[in-house]
Amino acid sequence: MNNNNKIFQFKLVLLGEAAVGKSSLVLRFVRGHFLDYQESTIGAAFLAQTVCLNDTTVKFEIWDTAGQERYHTLAPMYYRGAQAAIVVYDIRSEDSFERAIKWVKELQRQGSPNIVIALAGNKLDLAAKRRVETAEAQQYAEENGLLFMETSAKTSQNVNELFVEIAKKLPKTPTTRPGSAQTQSPPPLPTSTTIL
Amino acid sequence: MDEHYDCIVLGTGLKECIISGLLSVEGKKVLHMDRNGYYGGESASLSLDQLFEKFRGKGTKAPPTFGSSREYSVDLIPKFILSSGLLVKMLLHTDVVRYLEFKVVDGSYVKQSNKIHKVPSTDTEALASPLMGFFEKFSAKKFFAFVQDYEDDKPSTHNGMDLKKMPMKDVFKKFGLNADTIDFIGHAVSLYLNDDYLEKPAIETVNRMKLYAESMLKYKKSPYIYPLYGLGELPQSFARLSAIYGGTYMLNKPIEKVTFNDGKVHVTSEGETATADYVVADPTYFPDKVKKSGRIIRAICILNAPIPNTSNSESVQIILPQKQCGNRKNDIYVGVISSSHFVCAKGKFIAIVSTTVETENPEKELEPAYNLLGPIVEKFVSVTDFYEPITDGTQDKCFISKSYDATSHFETTCADVMDIYKRITGKDLVLTIHPNILQQQKEQQDEEGSEN
Ligand SMILES: Nc1nc2c(ncn2[C@@H]2O[C@H](COP(=O)(O)OP(=O)(O)OP(=O)(O)O)[C@@H](O)[C@H]2O)c(=O)[nH]1
Ligand SMILES: [Mg+2]
Repeated sequence: MNNNNKIFQFKLVLLGEAAVGKSSLVLRFVRGHFLDYQESTIGAAFLAQTVCLNDTTVKFEIWDTAGQERYHTLAPMYYRGAQAAIVVYDIRSEDSFERAIKWVKELQRQGSPNIVIALAGNKLDLAAKRRVETAEAQQYAEENGLLFMETSAKTSQNVNELFVEIAKKLPKTPTTRPGSAQTQSPPPLPTSTTIL
Repeated sequence: MDEHYDCIVLGTGLKECIISGLLSVEGKKVLHMDRNGYYGGESASLSLDQLFEKFRGKGTKAPPTFGSSREYSVDLIPKFILSSGLLVKMLLHTDVVRYLEFKVVDGSYVKQSNKIHKVPSTDTEALASPLMGFFEKFSAKKFFAFVQDYEDDKPSTHNGMDLKKMPMKDVFKKFGLNADTIDFIGHAVSLYLNDDYLEKPAIETVNRMKLYAESMLKYKKSPYIYPLYGLGELPQSFARLSAIYGGTYMLNKPIEKVTFNDGKVHVTSEGETATADYVVADPTYFPDKVKKSGRIIRAICILNAPIPNTSNSESVQIILPQKQCGNRKNDIYVGVISSSHFVCAKGKFIAIVSTTVETENPEKELEPAYNLLGPIVEKFVSVTDFYEPITDGTQDKCFISKSYDATSHFETTCADVMDIYKRITGKDLVLTIHPNILQQQKEQQDEEGSEN
């Protein structure tokens, strides 16, 4: 990595109904693999992955939900300070699309003011069973200023593209918002070695 | 929810969330419920509209001059985190520290002779401070050196005293310290709320002084740190930990009935009943199993300017020792934070004044502190009862936490958590990093390493 390549770090959160494929999208993007029987999320707090644009590197600190959304009890701290969010639905489920719209509204109400939101219609490989039309979702996204893509974590179609589009849209200026590497020095807590 | 769990936790205050997280990490099956629709219970941070609703009645909205409601996240219980204290150890033990960002509190001040003074950070600084002008520098220096060198298992550092037996007042006497010095050490450094400690074994005070000094050394400006977006982030972070390790979360669950029979706890909410080996709860869930032992007054004040005489600090603690406030037994604390902590609109400051109630007119008791704050734009005052469980829970399998006390930090909060943990498991909570957490950290490091 050369010296004039700037690194920007962003907190990105995933939201969406249970089983729409949030964890699968993250695993596809970060580890490049897919599990047919992905266990309902457990044990993964964070994953990190970088995207290289022309002269900048964008490092995503990716937060996956932890099952708290199942009873609509996701804690606001989850998306607080997030600069980007991917709201996922399953193209075979209108309910999951309705739920995605609710999440978008919640983010617009409670999230960071300039948060970049992407809407992802997942399980594109199962388009034969589609219940949410591309045009409908596309239109909703445009009206609400969201990025939009239909994806498949299984075939990897549009997965990297989705993250790259988000990376492009994120502001690459020093920011005063917390959570980014540019935040003016809230000192990190000492690591365990220095304290214990 | 009609299932059996190892543990059912009621209430999502900080203590309950830490316990829930600790148990889940150890592989216990936890169901965590709250009657409210938000996390945090008493230890939540509220938006401005929520704050107005709570104190001024349903439907009340904050006036527009305060800026947007969502910029606010106002703590109901004011505290700072001692940077070498137990909460930091718990945050590291569980790796929950990764969900949060902190800022160092700018300074700690203490009132003496009608003025506020910065609490010195080192003994050298102490000797240069105007505060020290009030007391005899030489003996104080000797005493600080003794405390710094003291080690439990090195009798040569004990100066011939048995600190586990000797009351603190005798140690002060031995070093020939006068009343002002003692007051400063007991209240501004050891952070005692009243003078009861003077009769107790000196070791506790010595340990508190060491904790203060260690915390101070970490970031120099003050011994405290504070999480961005308010203290309400703390319970939520531990709740996330619990959920990641399989804990089930349900909010908005009124608890209708809790019964204890055939060796199990039965908890009924909205007609459904879950069972568990034991239950953990805050005192509001078991009014019959707790007793009242005092009252605390807290006044949340919104200001348009920093506190006078604090060098425009964005965050400070001010201690008003009891003796500096007329005839009091308990200190008054002021904790100030502001927009740089993302807890209020730009240009606003939140000062929370609190103390243990001593009279029938508690608000009058806060006057010496109000007088330090400059103009107060809006004030929300609450007087709450302090509850503690009647029994330790080992018989009825019902482990109840104490209410949050008037101390300005989380040491007693964490001590209660550790005590409950021990009552439940019979083991001491060891605050090194948990092996299950280490395993996960290792997997993640391998991953990040293999990217390149
Ligand atoms: N065919 C197909 N299956 C998918 C795709 N993405 C995910 N799945 C499957 O859908 C199921 C749920 O996927 P997860 O990634 O666990 O979904 P989630 O949104 O993380 O679910 P929770 O963590 O329970 O909220 C798993 O069985 C996945 O294998 C996809 O693009 N195509
Ligand atoms: Mg998942």
